[in-house]
Amino acid sequence: MGPVRLGIAPKSRDPAWVRWGLTSIALVALAILVIVPVVSVFVEAFANGLGAYWNNLVGDPDTRAAMLLTVVVAPAAVISNLIFGVAAAWAIARFRFPGRTLLITAIDLPFSISPVVVGLMFVLLFGLQGFFGPTLRANGFQVLFTVPGLILATTFVTLPFVARELIPVMEAIGPDEELAALSLGASGRQMFWKITVPNIKWGLLYGVILCNARAMGEFGAVYVVGGRVAGETNTMPLQVEMLFAGFDTPAAFAVASVLTLLAVVSLILKTVVEDKKREEPSSLKKT
Amino acid sequence: MAQVNRRVMPGFRLSLGFTLVYLAVLVGVPLVACAVTAGQLPPEQFREAALSPRAQNAYVLTFTTALAAAVISAILGTLIAWVLVRYDFPLKRFFDAIVDLPFALPTAVAGLVFSNLYVPNGWLGQFLVPLGIELAYSRGAIVLVMVFIGFPFVVRTLQPVLESLDAESEEAAHLLGAGRWQTFWRVILPAILPSILTGFVLAFARALGEYGSVVFVSSNIPNKTEIAAVLVVNRLEEFKYVEATAVAVVLLFSSFVMLGLVNLLERWSRRWDR
Repeated sequence: MGPVRLGIAPKSRDPAWVRWGLTSIALVALAILVIVPVVSVFVEAFANGLGAYWNNLVGDPDTRAAMLLTVVVAPAAVISNLIFGVAAAWAIARFRFPGRTLLITAIDLPFSISPVVVGLMFVLLFGLQGFFGPTLRANGFQVLFTVPGLILATTFVTLPFVARELIPVMEAIGPDEELAALSLGASGRQMFWKITVPNIKWGLLYGVILCNARAMGEFGAVYVVGGRVAGETNTMPLQVEMLFAGFDTPAAFAVASVLTLLAVVSLILKTVVEDKKREEPSSLKKT
Repeated sequence: MAQVNRRVMPGFRLSLGFTLVYLAVLVGVPLVACAVTAGQLPPEQFREAALSPRAQNAYVLTFTTALAAAVISAILGTLIAWVLVRYDFPLKRFFDAIVDLPFALPTAVAGLVFSNLYVPNGWLGQFLVPLGIELAYSRGAIVLVMVFIGFPFVVRTLQPVLESLDAESEEAAHLLGAGRWQTFWRVILPAILPSILTGFVLAFARALGEYGSVVFVSSNIPNKTEIAAVLVVNRLEEFKYVEATAVAVVLLFSSFVMLGLVNLLERWSRRWDR
């Protein structure tokens, strides 16, 4: 055995061929799985030139309607889950009560249910033979195949994002500053807006970005609930499917390229916010 | 530390009340509706619907493809996490960031692209098809998209654990005469195994219920390439609500089992924390 080398960081201990070998395999796999697909979306979308691309996007009224609908449905679901996330995180991170662990698990539940099953559950509730369907219809309300139905299904699927993100952030910050504000005579509302919100803002934004990305891309649940009426209940992902099924592949890729661009922007924003979030707790500790 | 007197800190009743009502209305009511619908069926009828030959074929296909994808995701995800944590290479931050892309990319886009890449004249198909690897519209394609949506779970659960491994135990193993392989198998792997398994189960659970991407890349032929989630939708479109609900209940049950498993694994991985 050679001389024992002390104080050498383990990362440099693997010989070069192991490091290079493993790194190459990992990067080639990432390239094939992630980079090639993303690049090919844009290449396919622009295959017939910029004019054809533009025409595919704005020339078709159904595609225009799909884009508008996504811009309505996703923010509605995000705002709803944002309010829920703040309330849930406040209750869970600031108080101890029986059933708290169970509540955390219940919040995670929508992540593990197949979106298709989510859609089916709403059909069972609001369909013609459903639990509430006939009563609602008699009073002039319809949920299935309407925009509120799409919002409902999207909200279900994206429910955990903000809450999951905020609970650890609030736990880590702790209640000290809030208690100080209260003891100095701040009202509950003042404390919330002047102490809590500024403290959790990056965590909040992070949760919103993830929630929004998922909401815009939701497919299975809205597929079932929306009934895919072109121009009416087709969000962008559903429009992609409809164009693809109708063999209009260039148009499908054009719409897909917009969704991909949104995903890439979400990813960049997320990375930026992640850095900000990481800076935050350390700056708190210093003061 | 975070436990605060409810008389001092405001908003306990309001926040907890809102949380419970929101969860009950949005998640509880639909789940109960599903359970009641399934419960109202005579048991024989439910069994017949849930275990029809077509449904059984769909379960087997879903289970095997999801399992294969989760195994591949676990191996690939471990490798990627290892490389990202332990080695330095150019564009490391870029490669780290794109691991999250499958989380952000709509599944319909993933399905569309993967269905197009592996056809005989597709970007990758033109090289693979002559070699006899025909992925398009096959079970292989289903596994491929499931790996795409699954491997980030493994990378992201494993990465923080790999980062927090203390160098000392590795140094100790080295000083005591262990080779690199021995150190990996005896020292590193036991420490990271719970996280790999957690990532594996998360990837598996996600693949079991996946619909959006699979429906694009599979030919969705009953008994052959029709997974359980696709079967639910197909039954719904035939207005066969009983069959759809029965299969959905089976899927729902499997997701509850997965959720329990993840919780158990997370408890196991924290066993030395105290």
